Amino acid sequence: MEWETVIGLEIHAQLATRSKIFSGSSTAYGAEPNTQANLVDLGYPGVLPVLNGAAVRMAVRFGLAVGARIAPHSVFARKNYFYPDLPKGYQISQYELPIVAEGSLDILLDDGGRKRIGITRAHLEEDAGKSMHEGLPGASGIDLNRAGTPLIEIVSEPDLRSAKEAVAYMKKIHTLVRYLDICDGNMQEGSFRCDANVSVRPKGQEKFGTRAEIKNLNSFRFVEKAINYEIERQIELIESGGKVVQETRLYDPDKGETRSMRSKEEANDYRYFPDPDLLPVVLDAAFIDGVRASLPELPDEKAARFVREYGLSEYDAGVLTASRELAAFYEAVVRQVGGDAKLCANWVMGDLAAFLNKDGLEITASRVDAAGLAALVGRIADATISGKIAKDVFEAMWASGESADAIIEQKGLRQITDTGAIEQAIEEVMARNPGQLADYRSGKDKLFGFFVGQVMKATGGKANPAQLNELLKKKLAG
Amino acid sequence: MSLPAAPAATVAELVRGLAAKQFSSVELTRAYLARVAAAQPELNAFITVTGEAALAAAARADADRAAGRGGPLTGVPLAHKDIFCTEGVLTTCGSKMLANFVSPYDATVVAGLRQAGTVMLGKLNMDEFAMGSSNETSYFGPVRNPWDTARVPGGSSGGSAAAVAARIAPAATATDTGGSIRQPAALCGVTGIKPTYGRVSRYGMIAFASSLDQGGLITVSAEDAALLLGPMSGFDPRDSTSVDSPVPDYTATLTASLEGLTIGLVKEFFDDGLDAECGARIREAIAVLEKQGAKVREVSCPNLPLSVPTYYVVAPAECSSNLARFDGVRFGHRCESPKNLNDLYSRSRGEGFGAEVKRRIMTGTYVLSAGYYDAYYLKAQRVRQLISADFARAFGECDLLLGPTSPTPAFRIGDKCDDPITMYLNDIYTIGANLAGLPGMSLPCGFVGGLPVGLQLIGPHFSEARMLNAAHRYQMETDWHLRVPAAFA
Repeated sequence: MEWETVIGLEIHAQLATRSKIFSGSSTAYGAEPNTQANLVDLGYPGVLPVLNGAAVRMAVRFGLAVGARIAPHSVFARKNYFYPDLPKGYQISQYELPIVAEGSLDILLDDGGRKRIGITRAHLEEDAGKSMHEGLPGASGIDLNRAGTPLIEIVSEPDLRSAKEAVAYMKKIHTLVRYLDICDGNMQEGSFRCDANVSVRPKGQEKFGTRAEIKNLNSFRFVEKAINYEIERQIELIESGGKVVQETRLYDPDKGETRSMRSKEEANDYRYFPDPDLLPVVLDAAFIDGVRASLPELPDEKAARFVREYGLSEYDAGVLTASRELAAFYEAVVRQVGGDAKLCANWVMGDLAAFLNKDGLEITASRVDAAGLAALVGRIADATISGKIAKDVFEAMWASGESADAIIEQKGLRQITDTGAIEQAIEEVMARNPGQLADYRSGKDKLFGFFVGQVMKATGGKANPAQLNELLKKKLAG
Repeated sequence: MSLPAAPAATVAELVRGLAAKQFSSVELTRAYLARVAAAQPELNAFITVTGEAALAAAARADADRAAGRGGPLTGVPLAHKDIFCTEGVLTTCGSKMLANFVSPYDATVVAGLRQAGTVMLGKLNMDEFAMGSSNETSYFGPVRNPWDTARVPGGSSGGSAAAVAARIAPAATATDTGGSIRQPAALCGVTGIKPTYGRVSRYGMIAFASSLDQGGLITVSAEDAALLLGPMSGFDPRDSTSVDSPVPDYTATLTASLEGLTIGLVKEFFDDGLDAECGARIREAIAVLEKQGAKVREVSCPNLPLSVPTYYVVAPAECSSNLARFDGVRFGHRCESPKNLNDLYSRSRGEGFGAEVKRRIMTGTYVLSAGYYDAYYLKAQRVRQLISADFARAFGECDLLLGPTSPTPAFRIGDKCDDPITMYLNDIYTIGANLAGLPGMSLPCGFVGGLPVGLQLIGPHFSEARMLNAAHRYQMETDWHLRVPAAFA
């Protein structure tokens, strides 16, 4: 039987506010346990939450960026359950009336097509603390530094049909929240993570299958692997006569499998009700318009402009706009080179990306800055060096931090464009290889490449390739 | 029993005496501490007496006065209900759960009154987590009514009412979620005011039912309430539900004429449940107000009889969530050697909470549960709106509403312990104001069988000044509020 997968994601993005959503404690990551938890975060008797306006503004930014409806009236509710990392015994969240509803965004598919993914809602809530087990034999520690950090939970429609689509969607949201400056996107620190609802159904069937929810996936790779594992598990289960049960599952990255955490029957009844300590959030049109006016150019707009202005393919434009910093880097290179946008794109996406990746660096920490790369591309454009030599120059720039021109001069890499010098090199090669010359002249055209290689070798790769081709053809023909 | 003499009858007299240097704050504080100590075995009104700190604060107040600093209240002693957090001082909320809890911070109310120069004598007994109408649910034992120590003082602010009635504290803070200021004030023959919801910050006031809780005062007189209400009122950036509107000088309009004031007698308040003798005292009081120029007319709030069932859905729902933080992890009672997490939770809470608190947590958990939420919680919220609308309509016809505070005078300790419903009906006249967020007062208006009777006023939102004015004019004509139980005179 052919199966179809149905996936919906709930993405949790920590908002990049300086203080917590309902208290004045710092949200900075990495402090000693429980040093960033004040009486409000600790849920002391008598304390009350006060909403952080910056978190509201960030949620609205997100909503506007995905074309959603911003609720003029939204309500915080209490989600009640006991857990040691939840000091009040309830999490303040939004339930019936979230701040953001009904948006969407487009993802680019492998075949180059676009797919629109619905966003059901996005709501504000507070994060919980963390349980710690390491170094505490027979006990659990609680670190409440994270308790009260603002989150926006972004709930997608069940529009995703494969792990690949799910990852593409999650990456798109990841790009967007960083463009909007509302989340640092740091997945290792848990600033950006998701739960995946996965089900399968026979292809063509309308009704959804029973879903399992995989909790707390904090890397794109884990999302892909966990979903693919879960799809396989569910299909195998059904095909062997079993039934998928609604449950929460955890992904074990070491074993590469998901396993049951709790069943539907064990699920909590959260007893949501409006939080009487907080007033409804009322937003007027002027506030929303003000936030709208402050939005930066968004990834899709930027990509469309790159296609239009720079003549890039949609794919290249998509890669270059994946982060605001990368796009800015690229545009700085193009600006300084003064054209050759496609060549610039190839360099940014090619050698630069490879070196960044190798050293595990972000674009903002690149060892070759935009001006440096532009200078190098400029030397290709003005035929001072060939593209091939440029790769060596780039490697030297990356290692030494010196400029392209300095390296070209030091290493004498300037391209040979003197016809006489190239002709001389050709003649020497021909003289050294009489056998190949005879074969070529008797019809073995393929040997042309051999001669190109030999001449390049003789010139230390510096011969201008176009000139070399032309002159070589002439000389070989005799 | 004989107590050292009370230095003065009212806070107003203390203010005048301090200003005229008739006595120092240290002398006053010493005198009240002596009365507290003498009365404590009989009344059990205090949970904690902070004698040394009080004397130190009084000495500072005297120094301030000598240096020309401070205000009219500088050096006036008072006591706080043990629901208000007080930095460095035990804050129990009347519960075993918090029997070891020393608050690391001050409630906004406590800070405001300290800022005004008042001197804290200690922390007052109360029903556990403010859940009760008789002060019998306190982990620290019942408070006794100074008028008859076999009887309850009312609740939940029973310690506050008993302390002021016995004049062992000149005034006391209190809180009111369903009548917890007004009902004990009535049963102890003192004046109580529950301000408009949002008038007084709830920060540092341990939550019972957040949408109903409001801090207020129990005093000898309306004038005393007017003196103390200002410093504890106003917008608090730490309480989102506190209201940002200016606080008037409540003393400025106390003596204004009642000519032109229309008082509505709420028909539903004069029902079969009201003790006939108590009803008679209320009617006598109405006559006094009419003599002052007030017009009286009957009004109806037809949904008001639904207020008790509505309240006993809303308040437990909120309390079931508010009390979840008492889990034995960070503060408060923690069971001995828990076997695992669930054991820690269930034994800490099972041991730490008393029966009434557990009853309400269970009720509240039930009404919020999947499948019951609409039928109970949501329905109750709708009825709550109807009750609010009834009041709003009534205030279209009159300026203040009037009725009894409680259906009967103080009952005997133990009498209603076995029957929660009968106990709950004690608050039948007071709950409406909480559901609608309205200010309410209780004033002493006479006696039945030697026990005080309370008259209730309810006003529109933020009409505290008008209510205090009417109450003060009434007290200018009567002396019920100045009567002191013989044993404590």
